[in-house]
Amino acid sequence: MIEQALHSISQFYPEIVIILTLCVIIVADLIIKSDKPVTGWIMLGGLVISGITILFQAGQNGSFFYNMVVVDPFAVFFKLLLVLAGIFVVLFSLQSKELDSYYTRKGEYYMLLSGMMLGMMLMVSSTNLLMIYIAFEVTSISSYVLVGFTKKETDSAEASTKYIIYGAVSSGIMLYGISILIGFTGATDLAAINDALQNRADIPMILNISILMILVGMGFKIAVVPFHFWAPDVYEGAPITITAILAVASKTAALGLLIRFFSVSFIDSNGLTATGIWQTIEGIHWTTLLGGMAALAMIVGNLTALRQDNIKRMLAYSSIAHAGYLLMGVVILAQEGLASIMLYLFIYLFMNLGAFYVAMLFSNSIQTESIEKYKGLGFRAPLESIAMTIFLVSLTGIPPTGGFVAKLYIFSAAISGGWIWLVTIAGITTVISLFYYIRVVKNMFFYKPESNEGIIQFDLPSKTILLILLVPILLFGIYFSPILEFAKNSVQIFGM
Amino acid sequence: MELQILGIGILTWLVFIPILGMAAVLLIPGKNENAIRWTAAVATGIQLVLAIVIFSVFDRTKIGINEAETFQFVEHFSWITVDSVPWVGRIEITYFLGLDGLSAIMVILTSLIGLIGVISSWNIKKMVKGYFALYLLLVTGMMGVFVALDFFLFFIFWEVMLLPMYFLIGLWGGPRREYAAIKFFLYTFVGGILMLLAMLALYFSVAYTDPATGQTVHTFNMLHMMNPENYIEGGLLTGVDTTWRYVAWMALFINFAIKIPLFPFHTWLPDAHVEAPTPISVILAGILLKLGTYGLLRVNFPIFPDATQYFVTFMAILGMISIIYGALCAMAQDDFKKLIAYSSISHMGIVVLGIAALNTQGMVGGVLQMFNHGIITAVLFLSVGVLYDRTHTRGLYDFGGIANQMPKYTGVAMIGMFAGLGLPGLNGFVSELFSFLGAFEAYKWITMISVTGIIFTAGYILWTVQRVYLGERPDKLKDLKDLTPREILAFTPLIILIVFLGIYPAPAIELMNTSLSFLVEFVTN
Repeated sequence: MIEQALHSISQFYPEIVIILTLCVIIVADLIIKSDKPVTGWIMLGGLVISGITILFQAGQNGSFFYNMVVVDPFAVFFKLLLVLAGIFVVLFSLQSKELDSYYTRKGEYYMLLSGMMLGMMLMVSSTNLLMIYIAFEVTSISSYVLVGFTKKETDSAEASTKYIIYGAVSSGIMLYGISILIGFTGATDLAAINDALQNRADIPMILNISILMILVGMGFKIAVVPFHFWAPDVYEGAPITITAILAVASKTAALGLLIRFFSVSFIDSNGLTATGIWQTIEGIHWTTLLGGMAALAMIVGNLTALRQDNIKRMLAYSSIAHAGYLLMGVVILAQEGLASIMLYLFIYLFMNLGAFYVAMLFSNSIQTESIEKYKGLGFRAPLESIAMTIFLVSLTGIPPTGGFVAKLYIFSAAISGGWIWLVTIAGITTVISLFYYIRVVKNMFFYKPESNEGIIQFDLPSKTILLILLVPILLFGIYFSPILEFAKNSVQIFGM
Repeated sequence: MELQILGIGILTWLVFIPILGMAAVLLIPGKNENAIRWTAAVATGIQLVLAIVIFSVFDRTKIGINEAETFQFVEHFSWITVDSVPWVGRIEITYFLGLDGLSAIMVILTSLIGLIGVISSWNIKKMVKGYFALYLLLVTGMMGVFVALDFFLFFIFWEVMLLPMYFLIGLWGGPRREYAAIKFFLYTFVGGILMLLAMLALYFSVAYTDPATGQTVHTFNMLHMMNPENYIEGGLLTGVDTTWRYVAWMALFINFAIKIPLFPFHTWLPDAHVEAPTPISVILAGILLKLGTYGLLRVNFPIFPDATQYFVTFMAILGMISIIYGALCAMAQDDFKKLIAYSSISHMGIVVLGIAALNTQGMVGGVLQMFNHGIITAVLFLSVGVLYDRTHTRGLYDFGGIANQMPKYTGVAMIGMFAGLGLPGLNGFVSELFSFLGAFEAYKWITMISVTGIIFTAGYILWTVQRVYLGERPDKLKDLKDLTPREILAFTPLIILIVFLGIYPAPAIELMNTSLSFLVEFVTN
């Protein structure tokens, strides 16, 4: 037993590093009286070390802590994405003036951020319903507090309250669903649940409903229609760094969880059809349900984004729309779709974080998040505006940017699965999305700045971060075999 | 036929020279405006030289169209290959460039108009660096579309043109430039998405067996898509005359029709033209519109011969409507530039009518008309630009008696006008004649109605000549300077071509005849 635990710990280094980081941050915050953001640097270091230990897990395959947690290529891919997003968000936080105006030392901020990272990393690697729920809650509770971190802003307080209420209800529903599922199958392990489901002669409706309830919780985290109502207010009210991590990392983690839950627990792994489409358990027509959700998310997200003036709110709706595009990859229930989702998430990370970063830089220097006030910025901050243009063009999906490649693969996966109507909706909504993304570009470049508005200078670190975010988008827009190979190999784990 | 410079194929140079120019432009400090202009001129100049080299060594007996062996200057490299994706097989995207008669003539047009655009951009004063960087990127996109034989590559180049054009209209355009720019962007982007979907559907329907490894390979190679044997069983677009094939054809057609622009997809064009700066109008009308008809001939016709035959009468009717509607609208304009924009719609209608005839005469006439219209419309837009520079107005009723003040300019503009009218002895006549002759064989009534468009054309052109160049001089138009040497430099090659091809069109026809005859045969059988 001890041996098993020790062996498990050896596979748990990435998470342990994060836990240690969390503890060190608390202690450092108590001891060090400097005004410098020491805790931020500690967290950055912790994330980098954790990332390196994840790299060592590449190619491994096994489960630990009595099948609570697994290390497989799929989990490794997602954990790397999460850590990468975490590193960027910490870098952003170190530069954010919005956060500085509250606390100069921000010990608890980084502590909570570490907690959130831990939760998300567990979300993508748990295979046990209880563990899934715990990971889910660790992430949620940290993020509730973080959303309200700039607590004197009414927006931020409101966002936090809203997030808690929505979050509590949806995780309650999820927990209820989990308990029904456990009751019916007598197992908490996903593989065991799968066995139990395969051996049943009939699937009672209540079981389908329990899975629906679990989907509610995940849908809430992904912010997919109709569970998206919290997103715009929360994204707008939260500090921009937290909005970024919610829009990118939290969504990534929940999607990873959804894929694992869907493909391991209740798909008939022996029942592959000739075309490689997985068979789901009977009862509800799952693909149509997910397809409908994806379509709704694309339509609602894109149409509502058209009317927004706050850049964070606009990006919030755009991220709802992107959740729809991502779900398209799940809908076809085939490996190809999963590979395309992973490719999409990878590129989405860079382009969305990039857009948030430029928004933060602008907010730092001209104290506005209103797109209308972006007029003339193209001449006052040319480099940053060009970078923003590339990020937005990539979010639209115009070649030769990474966003195009991502969309191309999602679209082609859906077409090869025969989902023509869904792809058509995706195509139409992509055109709609052009309109609100390009509006930002238009405001930046098509208006002259006022005479009293001079050039805005940005320091070298911010330019470097921008460059790091830009390179993958432009590079993978032209040459994307490596990342596709990696994603493809990572989904082999489902054994099909 | 292969030509290499420094171990890199000539087509790659042709496409990416402007990108090198763009990099150089970006490195030159913004204050050094003349250096930037000269860099752009040198880059497009080299392109023209390369195009002339291609013209002189091009083998006119080779077919191209659907045979990889008879394409010339071919460059074919693996670009993205992902092995054995489950159920899909190998994914393959190639860097595949090549020329045949159809694309060769377009390449020559593009490089010529590209250089003339730079010359006429010389007096752009606002943000010179950004302007020329975007301009050169645009030229790369256009050239790339004409030489790409891999659908994916074709698509990338197609979409690369979007952003530069958006900014060129939106930043350097007239008063309503924002509206015009976003309208252009949205229209073309809708088309792009339709093309993307059709392209993906084709991709999943087409696979060939790699002779070396025996693997099934899905490919974006257009030539493979033209071979019915490569369509896999059960593929969406497999078979002949299926509904999905019609749908895919339609999606591609709408995309290209937006670019042409064919009635009823034309409404972006007048706005874009009126607001765009002169050189961009020249590029837009001279090259960009040709991408539409080129796309029809390169993609729709050979990949979907069945659907093409099914829809060809529909195409001819749209062509007819464009001819007459464009001419009538042109007649009603009081803005000189808008008039020429509508005349473009009318003239591109002739191209569509010609190629819809599906016989060699009509096809040669149509493609020649693409080339000729590119030249003529460049002259016309440059003429408007010259007047606008001097008077800051484009209202047709504001002018009069220009001929007395600017004799050289009037001479040049008249040649352009009459070539557009289809006066025998100038190049427009030859191609319109061929187009109508070909079309008459196929559709008697449609052609007879279309020909009445010529009368309206004569109407608006003669009326314009009368209003602008002849008659009384209004008092406010005084001391207008005649053409500057730079303007003469821009006009000269175009005027020479108008006259030369009017008298002796053989060099252009020979260039494309073999390929187009084969294309007709391929589509009709």
